[in-house]
Amino acid sequence: MRRSMAALAAVTLLSLTACATDEPAASPSGSAPAGSGTGDQSKFFVQADYDAELSLLTAAPTGPADKPWEQVLNPKMVDTAKFKKTGPHKICFSNAALNNPWRQVGFKTMQAEVEAQKSRIKEFVHVDAEGKDQKQIADINDLLGKDCDALIVSPNTTATLTPAVEAACQAGLPVVVFDRGVNTKCPVTFINPIGGYGFGHVGAEFVSQKMKPGGKVLALRILPGVDVLETRWSAAKVAFDKAKVDVVGVEFTDGDPAKTKKIVDDYIQRYGTIDGVWMDAGAVAVAAVEAFQDAGKPVPPMNGEDQLDFLKIWKDKNLTAIAPTYPTYQWRTPIIAALRILDGEQVSSPWKLPQPTVTQDNLDRYLDPSMPPLHYAMCGCTDLPGYPQRWK
Amino acid sequence: MQTVQRRTLPLRLPRVRPGGVLPILAILAVLLVLVGIRQPDFLSPPSLMSFLGRSAPIILLAAGQYFVIVSGEFDLSVGSLVTAQVVVAARLIDGDPTRTWPVVLLLLAFGALVGLVNGLITTRLRVPSFITTLGMFLILVGAVYLWSDGAPKGGLSEEFRRFGRRAFEDVPLLGRVPYALLVLLALAAVAVLLMRSDFGRTLVAVGDNPRTAELSGVRVWRTRTIAFILSGLAAAAAAILLGGYSGVSFQAGAGLEFGAITAVVLGGVALGGGRGSVVGAMLGALTLELLFALMNFYGVSGALRSTVQGAIILLAVAVSATRSSSR
Repeated sequence: MRRSMAALAAVTLLSLTACATDEPAASPSGSAPAGSGTGDQSKFFVQADYDAELSLLTAAPTGPADKPWEQVLNPKMVDTAKFKKTGPHKICFSNAALNNPWRQVGFKTMQAEVEAQKSRIKEFVHVDAEGKDQKQIADINDLLGKDCDALIVSPNTTATLTPAVEAACQAGLPVVVFDRGVNTKCPVTFINPIGGYGFGHVGAEFVSQKMKPGGKVLALRILPGVDVLETRWSAAKVAFDKAKVDVVGVEFTDGDPAKTKKIVDDYIQRYGTIDGVWMDAGAVAVAAVEAFQDAGKPVPPMNGEDQLDFLKIWKDKNLTAIAPTYPTYQWRTPIIAALRILDGEQVSSPWKLPQPTVTQDNLDRYLDPSMPPLHYAMCGCTDLPGYPQRWK
Repeated sequence: MQTVQRRTLPLRLPRVRPGGVLPILAILAVLLVLVGIRQPDFLSPPSLMSFLGRSAPIILLAAGQYFVIVSGEFDLSVGSLVTAQVVVAARLIDGDPTRTWPVVLLLLAFGALVGLVNGLITTRLRVPSFITTLGMFLILVGAVYLWSDGAPKGGLSEEFRRFGRRAFEDVPLLGRVPYALLVLLALAAVAVLLMRSDFGRTLVAVGDNPRTAELSGVRVWRTRTIAFILSGLAAAAAAILLGGYSGVSFQAGAGLEFGAITAVVLGGVALGGGRGSVVGAMLGALTLELLFALMNFYGVSGALRSTVQGAIILLAVAVSATRSSSR
């Protein structure tokens, strides 16, 4: 009985491989199902914001050219005289989370900026909300009782954190919000780069221009419902619809390489070939590249981000790629802004930072093979104390 | 005592063994035909080989889960164990190729240790394995999160990744033979030999009727604990292949425990133990993967995978329940 079982197993394995003597067909089955297309526009899409961000892509920034974290696009200065205070100061920071490499690199940059300014900052208090709205609301509330001279907030989610930020404003503190926004104008300034529309547009334009007309694009998103990511996709959708490419799939990867590789692999198997890949965040770009490599297919035009593992594979494999960025150097700016506000200096509100793009032409400038694969090239950290060890 | 054991077990075996490799082979054959009609490319040697390579981790996990299930228990911790292993490996190797082999050994030891703890808690503290391994699942998920601040760190070396990613290229007839497939074949052979040994028979006897086994002189707790250790080792092997395939990931093992249990049940192994073969379990995993591939070719959303798995578990258990009650 047992022997027959083993024999059966052997026969199965053999028959599996025997089927393998079939000639591979020249093309994949032509009747592959129609793509899901780009679907309806996201409810996060606001035409005016989209137009504004796209115009910022070509706007000339004011400020020192070698310090993009101090530059401003279309500045609108606000008065801060009422917050003037003599230092050294105690600066408090309520952080949404440290749960991805982007935030880890950013926070190290912020710590280094604090160190660089240590003559002016007597104490820096950091509270990590670990990605939980409720914890961050409690964190901000706690910080209000700790004699902070200025409060920096990187909100976990926009709507839920709005009342907590309003409460901080009412306590008379200068509040600086950065990265993700809140639905109130009460903070002294809101600091972020151009934003999601700019990111999504740059990647989608590149992919649709570099691939064959009407080719098949796979769009990879992290998760639905986050404004930064929704705007990235909605701008890409506009570009793809305009270029009339065939978006065969829009899939959520959770930002996970294992899931990403599986999804891309499934699409390669289903369609035989994919002509372009667009993604709303580059952290899983390398997994997508590997899916093509392991399937023995050429890597199609795609976008990633300024994470070094992607820049490296881009250069090594000579990919047709582009990397719009959401620079981690924006973590320096809130510290600089807080100190200027406490000096009573005018600052721009909102404070829009430039958002450079890594292209084939400037790739070598950003690719530093001595830094770890999960480091971000746009850290703006090379002049800061502790570079490079702090970021390794 | 020993003689009693020897006499009773072979008598039970004929009832145990037919645990159903034929039905699963039939399903597998039907699926192969359906895939062949829809996507003939898939049956070409290179594509089939990489499919087998990609399926190797889940097949190994199914084999590991089989040992536990046939002995009458469950192991829900394997998915989180795989994730933990991948995250630990990335952090420890940190891109340094010289650390590859020590870390591989460490992972195997870690897998065995988790299995040992699962086994001892289940058998000595008499916590139902469902609860033990659910607890272990939560402990591992939490520990990994705490240890890594919720963001993966470090990196796997190319040496580590080749087990899951690379292949012998330009093999005559087959095209390419993934290392993962060779690892799978070797470990599958070990699993089959193990089940044909005295240990295998004892394991099935324990799952069939622990009381009888106990009375015949089998140390049930020890046999079941070894089953958990084997499951932990299988998870370690799967983690090495999966980590190699996809790189550092926080979801490397997400949901694999259910995939493995589905595969085992699909392969004709009775939940509750005592019936079914390890080859059936592994073929079950292969069938499940082929089913998912077919769903992909027909454009069925990947989100339906867990639904399909749930339906298979319910159906398979219902079929085997009605069959055994009609006996």
